This record gives sequence, structure tokens and C-alpha cells, in this order.
Amino acid sequence: MVLAERFLFQGFQMLLVLALAPLLTGIVRKLKARLTRRRGASIFQPYRDLFRLMRKEAVIADNASWIFRSAPYLIFAATWVAAALTPTFRTGLMFSWSADLIVIVALLGSARFFLALAGMDVGTAFGGIGSSREMMIAAFAEPAMLLAVFTVALVAGSTELSNVAAFMRSDAVGLRVSLALAMFALIMVAIAENARIPVDNPATHLELTMVHEAMVLEYSGRHLAMIEFASFLKLLLYVSLIGAVFVPWGLAEDGAGAMRNALGVLLYLGKLIAAACLLALFETATAKMRVFRVPDYLGAALMLGFLGALLLFAGGRF
Amino acid sequence: MNAAALQLYCIVAFLALAALSVAAAFRPRASAGLYIANAVVAATAFAFSFAALFKGGDPALVHLPIGIPWLGAHFRIDALSSFFLSVINFGAATASLFAVGYGRREPEPSRILPFYPAFLAGMNLVLIADDAFTFLVSWEFMSLTSFALVIAHHHERENRRAAFVYLTMACFGTLSLLFVFGLLAGADGGYVFNDIRSRDLGAGLGGAVMLLALLGAGSKAGLAPVHVWLPLAHPAAPSHVSALMSGVMTKVAVYAFIRIAFDLVGISDWSIAAPVMLIGGATAVLGILHALMERDIKRLLAYSTIENIGVIFAMLGFAMAFQANGMAVQAALAFVAALFHVANHSIFKGLLFFGAGSMLNATGVRDIEQMGGLIHRMRKLAPLFLVGCVAISALPPLNGFASEWLAFQAVLQSPDLPQLGLKILSPMVGALLALAAALAAACFVRLYGVAFLGRPRSDHAIEAHDPDGWSLGVIGLMAALCVIFGIVPGIVLDALAPVATLMLGTPLAVQSGNDWLSVIPVNATQSSYNPLLLFFFIALSSFLAASVSRLTASHDYRRSPAWACGFEPAGAQTQYSGASFSQPIRNTLGRIAFRAAETVDMPPPGDQQPARFTLRLRDLVWDAIYGRIASVINAISDKLNALQFLTIRRYLSLVFATLVLMLLGLAAWS
Amino acid sequence: MQSTLALDIAHLLAGGIVLVSFMMLYQDRLFALLNMFTLHALVLAASVAWQAYIQGAKHLYVTAAIALLFKAIIIPLALHRMIVKLGVHRDIETAVGVGQTMVAGMGLVALSMALMFNVTSEADPLVREDLAFALSVVLLGLLIMVTRRNAVSQIVGFMSLENGLVLAATGAKGMPLVVEISVAFSVLVAFIVIGAFLFRIRERFDSVDVGALDEFRGDRR
Repeated sequence: MVLAERFLFQGFQMLLVLALAPLLTGIVRKLKARLTRRRGASIFQPYRDLFRLMRKEAVIADNASWIFRSAPYLIFAATWVAAALTPTFRTGLMFSWSADLIVIVALLGSARFFLALAGMDVGTAFGGIGSSREMMIAAFAEPAMLLAVFTVALVAGSTELSNVAAFMRSDAVGLRVSLALAMFALIMVAIAENARIPVDNPATHLELTMVHEAMVLEYSGRHLAMIEFASFLKLLLYVSLIGAVFVPWGLAEDGAGAMRNALGVLLYLGKLIAAACLLALFETATAKMRVFRVPDYLGAALMLGFLGALLLFAGGRF
Repeated sequence: MNAAALQLYCIVAFLALAALSVAAAFRPRASAGLYIANAVVAATAFAFSFAALFKGGDPALVHLPIGIPWLGAHFRIDALSSFFLSVINFGAATASLFAVGYGRREPEPSRILPFYPAFLAGMNLVLIADDAFTFLVSWEFMSLTSFALVIAHHHERENRRAAFVYLTMACFGTLSLLFVFGLLAGADGGYVFNDIRSRDLGAGLGGAVMLLALLGAGSKAGLAPVHVWLPLAHPAAPSHVSALMSGVMTKVAVYAFIRIAFDLVGISDWSIAAPVMLIGGATAVLGILHALMERDIKRLLAYSTIENIGVIFAMLGFAMAFQANGMAVQAALAFVAALFHVANHSIFKGLLFFGAGSMLNATGVRDIEQMGGLIHRMRKLAPLFLVGCVAISALPPLNGFASEWLAFQAVLQSPDLPQLGLKILSPMVGALLALAAALAAACFVRLYGVAFLGRPRSDHAIEAHDPDGWSLGVIGLMAALCVIFGIVPGIVLDALAPVATLMLGTPLAVQSGNDWLSVIPVNATQSSYNPLLLFFFIALSSFLAASVSRLTASHDYRRSPAWACGFEPAGAQTQYSGASFSQPIRNTLGRIAFRAAETVDMPPPGDQQPARFTLRLRDLVWDAIYGRIASVINAISDKLNALQFLTIRRYLSLVFATLVLMLLGLAAWS
Repeated sequence: MQSTLALDIAHLLAGGIVLVSFMMLYQDRLFALLNMFTLHALVLAASVAWQAYIQGAKHLYVTAAIALLFKAIIIPLALHRMIVKLGVHRDIETAVGVGQTMVAGMGLVALSMALMFNVTSEADPLVREDLAFALSVVLLGLLIMVTRRNAVSQIVGFMSLENGLVLAATGAKGMPLVVEISVAFSVLVAFIVIGAFLFRIRERFDSVDVGALDEFRGDRR
């Protein structure tokens, strides 16, 4: 019975993240438009974009190989699995024990690996520049992320997200310096990983200034839809992750009643909207930095993560 | 008949093959047969050692009355030896099979064929040696035979230099090990390992022995800063030998370190763990940074070996730290992570070197900047090579990630260590390992992206074709193993349990009984990983995505030229090259690690001169250590050179003075 | 008596000061550095005020007020004016790259942890950790002074160093108010003196890059 319930919730969450991911991006875009005194497209525009892209004919470069054509599905799948295993509105998902935080980070790493390969596949300078910069960003972001994960895992005594979230909701946590540092590091990494300002500009189409968009420049039609969808999912994943670890209130626990779960979903929606507001505000207020400032930025995130881990490793009540 | 005797028979068979090869190598077509024979012997040895690993029980001993009269030669197989024997003989069997096809193109088989089985015999001998004398002789035999293989293609100047550097470093390593065993045996000269085990060394001497062992074994394994020979020597040999040296011989060195540190000396002092952890972490980052800058595919792979060795040693360092503090479960975790990575690395590094060999054969070049677009021409090799790249980049759900994950779990246990120094050091090493893993992903995106993807970068790449069936079969087998070890790591971890029990007294918890074949290193609330399910999930969701898109999305697609800002598509030279791919990392981390300096020489407008871009990278380790040593030696030999031009009277007085001095020394001593 | 939450907040604020010190290390623009310094002083003031609240020590409120008034308002404003008046080039010329500086900073934090944990092993763990934070802030302040070539940023480094001293004093419970006021005033005096010097340096060398001073000395030798 419990098993069936968990299974059901797991399936529900898989669909929920799919349903909400475009909405989150839509809200961010809308808010950004309003903040710059534009009217902006509807918050449902990303859904329409996806449907339109699915129906369009795909244009594939002459030189593209099977990697180019299969990568979008792999990227989408890896991101989807990662997003489905991150607690959104409740803990104790059916399969949350199959992948802990480290695995989720690495799953996103796999997605990026294939995206970077796809960028190199056509053999143009744009794809190459995007891939090369993406891997540079990843090289700095991944250790920073892992160190933040270490910090969180050490405080919670577990690397499994469900357990982490359950612990974070309990009174045993208190305010911790190390957690504050880890949160800063994680947010900085999240901004970089999702190709947001100030690291990358998701709205630009000037090939030379961008990273993520340059890699996917050759994509069109259904393949582009998959990649776009994966990037929506990734944003949602990071918001859920930060929400589940640092603002865990409202997460329904394992075995809670229907009302509790419904409340969890509502609160989760609230968290998404709050995150969208903050992100839009932040993006409007900051300017994009030069690419070669990015290592400094991520280096700072790395240092914060390391500082957090160091405090914990040194012992005491940090 | 016991396991040690069986292994000895295999070694004798290898030596017999070596002798046979001397006679047969000059015949054309002998090579394939000899390699098959090698593969058969290696496979037999693998089967014996694998069976010994599973059967467990007491160590098997053999004592032969050869060598030093009062000592003889002792051989012994315990769980540790049998694990490493399995790794090595598996690598040897696959390399031999690969060579069946690959070896046909060898211009001078007679320079390789006799040494190849001898080299395999040498490695096997080191692993079963049970006294200091046998160990050192086998170690030196292994070094010399591999040296012969490195210098096989001696017409190239580079190879001669590589072999020279290798020989020097090998001598240095053996010298360190000589001191190790000298100290271990003590004044009474108990050279048999059993006598050494029963001796109590004391902290100071034990520490010295450990450091010397780190230096001696590390110089064979490729630890920084004694790694310099490795990226020169490994690529110089033919590819199947490179695969053996990189994937397997470095593991013999890891074995030597484990044998000395964990078995002969025993872990009692935590202070030695710190340098091992730190050197391991630093080696990992330095190795992979070098690999990122490299354009010669075999050197790139050799540098990546240095990275993996760094990871292994860092884990061994963690195991030592835990063990010294009596944290047996955690020590077993770190130790098993190291051993699992040993097995994994030997598999995917073998795969990648075989792939590199096939690419080298197909294109005739080792420079990845002249390859490109091979995915269209080497259609069968491309997906297999990709598996190797994903595995070595520590990405789930393949095997590289499984051992990396265990390593991170071990790092997460370290706050419980009582020593503050170790507490501060361990997150640092964890960060270094994470950095190395991320850089490895960048490195192998670069390798695969430049060599296989894009358009052909030179005429060499256009004529490339798939390798022969033998090579493809072996590469396919190893790719399959990468996947299997990746998705059911629990089985491999259980196989390692006797080794951990033997060395540390405690094994890792039994994994194969877990639900759904998950891996649960310590306890289920702390962490668990289920690659099987993950693999299934990814497969399912990509299948779902693909079928949804097949059912609902448009099926139309059209081929068109790539977007070039509206201009005619530019030539293949405008693609992103390997050097440009690594530029962002070169400009950040490379500035620190290599003092990378770029100068752009742009002629003024209207000038017909081409613009020039020069890049300078410095190998700081070489400059700081080896360059200095070399210049000191040169200076001394310049001074000593004067001795060559003396009169006979002076020569005689030199001899006389030496004699008197030695006699004086003797008088003072006694 | 003191709830864990109250102590946690105190701890968090102390940690926040270390964090802001790191953010100062990261800055490469003068004005941004000044803003960070203002933030530094603000967090310090908040931290001291919180300590005053939980320790029930009235005099600490004065310290907090001094920190707020001088360090968060007057000194940043004055420095701001100074930069405008001097017409200094607004990039900070770092003598060492940001990355290396931050790694060094990390090392310093580790060092102060190790030191505090070894030296004061009997003390209350929270006090001990606060002291470790304070020592890190002092060391990071010194690091800023060492790695920056611009005299204005050196002043900022010096001021942040002083903030670390105040942090240590409040954590240690019982530094008399007189001492604090005198420290605050001595810092102010130092600030004025350095400020005056800056104008003199600038008059002579057309730059506030302290490298110019080195050359000057080299000439005389």
C-alpha cells in the first residue's frame, strides 16, 4: 500500500516537473519584461514555443552525425530523471534512494557532456566556442557545487535528498554559518549552470557573447524543443533543490495525508513564483560579465563552498 | 597444486613464449600466432588468479631454491596479489588479442615480440614475489623489459629521449625500493616478507620507509613530481604496449605501495597519510591539466593516467588516515574505492589506448588536430570510444562514476577523523578530486569532439576506416565491461571484500544482498546509489521522449549547410581546434600551472604579413626539479672532465689516494 | 538562559563578516570595494548590537553605534569623496590575481581555525569559533593590504582588519568601553593621517599606486 502510494507520487512528480518547468521560465521572462517596462509575452509562451517547435521541420547540418540527433533525447532524459529525483512538494519519493545529491550533480554533468559534444559535432566555430566555454564553466562550477553538497550532506548526515530535506525541516538544524555559505555557493553555481545573467545571457542571439545558445545554435525543430525543455527543467531542478534544502518548509513528509500533500504542492508553487521574482529582479539589476571574469566568479563560489565545508570539517557547531 | 604454483607455470609459459619469439619473430605471419598464444596464457593466468580471489582461504606459498643460496625465491598468492593478478592478466589478455590485428602493421615485430611476453612475466612475478630479493629482481626485470619496448622504435629521436628518461627514473625508483627493503630487513637481513611483517619498526623508521615507498612506487605509478617519464615513455611504445604500461604496469606500482604500506609496515601513524592524500589530489589535477593542453592523443591518455593514479593514491591516503585512527569501516570504504578505481581504470584506459592505436593506424597521425570527423569514417569504433570517454570522465551510469562516487563517500566520512590537520586537508583533497573530475570531462569532450566530431581537419582523416575485427571485438568487450561494472558495481565490490579483509581486517558491507542491487557503503540513511535503476530510468525516459516526439512531432528533416552568419560555409580550418577548446582553461588554471603566456603578433593594416599567435607553456615541475638536477650534474661533470686529461703519474696517485682513504676508513670503522 | 537560536544568530553574523571579507577580496573596482566595506561595517554593527542584546551588556550598544556611525557612514563617505577628488583610476591594480588571493585567504582561514582550536581548547566552543572568525577577519584584512597596490584599498584593508579586532573584543566579553572608544579614535586618527598622506603622495607622484614610492626609494639609494 505504502509502496503503491510512493510509486504514485513518484509518477506524479515526474509529470509535475514536466508541467511546471516551462511555466517557471515563462514567469521569469514575463517578470523581466515588466521590470524593463515591456509588456512581454504571456507566461504560457514557453509551452506554445515547445509545441510549435515540435511541429516544425528539423534542419540538420550536412555534417551532423548520430550524436547530434540523439543527444537532445539523452540530455532531456538525464535532466528529467535528475529533476524527478529532487524533492519538490514532498519527501520520501519512491526512487529517491537510487540517486543521491552527488549523483544528481553528476547526471547534470552527463547532460552537459553530451550537449558539449553536440556543439562540436557540426564543426563550426560557434558550436566549438560554446562547448569550450561551457566546459570551462563546468570545470569551476562542479567542484563548487560538490563542496556545497558536502557541506549540506555533513550537516544533515546524509547525501540523500529526501533525508536531507527531512532533516532540514526539523528543529535540529538551527542557523548555521556553513549552511549560509553553502547556500550562497549553490545559488552562484545555479546562476552559472542555468546560463543566467551575469554569466550568460539567455535572451541574446549575438553568437560571440554567449555560451549556451552558441552550443545549440545548429538545433531546430523537435531537437531544439527537447533541448529547450531540458534547460527549463534544469532551472526548475535548481529551484527545487535550493528550496528543498534551504527553505524546506511545507514539504509533505512521507505518508502524509492528501490535504498535506495538496498544501505541499501549493507551497511549492509559491516557492517557484518567489524564486522567479528574485531571479528576474537579480537579472534585471545586474550586467553580464566578461567571459574571463566567470572563473573569478565561480572561483568565489568554490571558495565559499570550500569555506563552508572547512568549517564543518574543522568541527564545532558551524 | 596451489595457486602460486599455477601462476608460476603461467610465468614460465610467458618466458618460453619470449624465447620462442626470438626464434620465430623473423618469420612473417608469426606475430598473430604468438599474440594469440600470449592471450591464451594471460587468459589462463587470469582464470587462475580470479579463481584464487573467489576461493579465498589461506595464502598459497611456493619456495624455489633459486637465486641467493641461503634465501631462495619465495612466492605467495594472497587476496591482494590475486586481485592485482586478475587486473593485470585481464589487461594482458585483451592487449594481446588487440595486438593480433594491430601487430600486423608493426614494421619491426622482432623488436617487440620477444620482450612482450617477458614484460608480462615480469609484472606477474612482482605480484607473487614474497621476499625482498625476488621482488626487486622482478621489479627490475619488469622495468628493463618495458624499457626495451619503449625503445623499440628507436629511429625516432623523441623515443630515444623517452627511453633514456624512463630508464633513469626506473633506476631511481628501484633505488628507493632498495632502501625500503634495506630498512625493512634491518641489520639481521630478514628478507622474507613474513620476517619483515613480524618486525616492529617504530614510528620514525616506519615513516621513512613509507616515504621512500611512496617515492619508489610513485615513480613507477606516475605520481607528481616523479611522473615526468610517463607521458614520454607510454606513447613511445606501440599502442598495445602503451595500454599495458598505462593501464596495467602503473597498477603494479600501486600494488607495491599497498603491499609495503598496508601489509609489510602496517598502518599505525596518521601523519604519513597526509602527504599521500595531498600528493594524490595534486597529481590528479596536474595530470588532467596537462592532458587538456596535449594534442598528441597517446600523450593525452598517458597524462590522464597520471590523473587516475592520483585519484587512487588519494583514496589510499584516506584509507591510511582512517585505518590509523581505528575507523575500520571507513578505511575499508576508501580502500575499496581505490581498488575499484584500479580495476575500472585498467579497463577504460585499455579501451582508450586500443582506440587510439586504431585511430593512429587509420590516419597515420597521433595529433588530434589532424583528425576530425572520424565518426563518419570509423563508424564502429566511434560509439565504443565514446563509452570509454564517458566512463573516464566519471559520468553516471558508467563505471568511472561508480568508483568516483565511492571516493566522495569516503571523503564525506572524514570529519570524524580526530586530527585537525587531516580535517582541514580532506575537504581540500575532495575539492581537488572534484576539480580533476570536471576537468577530465572537459578533456574528453575535447578529445572526442576534436578527433571524432566536426569535419576532417586534414587529408589523413579523410581516408580513415574502421579497424580489424580483433581490435573491434576487444574494444567492444571492454566497453561492455565499462557498462556492466557501472550498473552493477555491487558485485565487483563484493569481490574486493577479501582484499580489504586481508589488508585492513574489515571488509565493506556485503553489497549483493541489497534491494535492487543498490550500493550502500555505510548505511542506507546516509547514502545509497543505484546505477541499475538509474540506467533503466534514463533509458526509459529517453525512450519516452523519443517516442513522444516520434508520435506527435513532425518527422520532416532537411539537410543543409551549417550556419555561417549568412556567408558561404567556411573551410574545415575554421572549426574550433583542440588548442582553442582548451584556451579558456589555459587562460585561467593554465596561467598558474604552466605560466601559460600567449602573444598575438598582429601586423598593421595593409601589411601583407600573416598574423602570428604564439603560445608558451612551461612545465614547472621539470624546470624546478629536473632542470636543476640536470644542470648540477652537468656542472659537476664539467669539473670532473678535467680528470680525463691527467698524466699517468697523477692517475696513479689518484688510485693510490683512493686506496689509502678506503683503508683509513676501514681502520676507523673497525 | 541564552537560547540556541540567539547564539546561532550571533554566530551567523560573525560568519557573515568573514564572508564579506571574502567578498572584499573578490572586488576589483574601488567603489564596489567601498560598498563592500560599508556592508562589512554594517554586519559588524549588527553583530555587536546582537552581542549586546544577548549578553545584556549596555556598553556594547555604544560600540555598535560607533561602528555604525564611523565605519558604515563617515569613513566610506570620506573615502568616496577622496577617490573622486584624487581622480584615482577606479580599477584596483591587484598585485596578485583574484583567484590566488582567494586561495591564500582560504589558507588563512584554515590557519586561524587550526590556531584557535589548538590554543584555546578548554574554552567554550562558541567563543572559540567566534575568535577564530575574528582572527580570520584580521588576517584577511592584512591580506587585502598586502595584495592591493592602490593606497585607498590598503586603507580599506586596514579598516576591515580593525573590524576584526572589534569582533574579537565583543566576543571575548569584557573589554572595557574605554579601550574600545580609544581604539576607535586611534583608528580614526590613523585614517586622517593616512588620508593626509595620500594627498601628499599624490601631489608628488601623480599616483596613489604605492609602487611609485618604491621607485622613489630606489632612486635615492
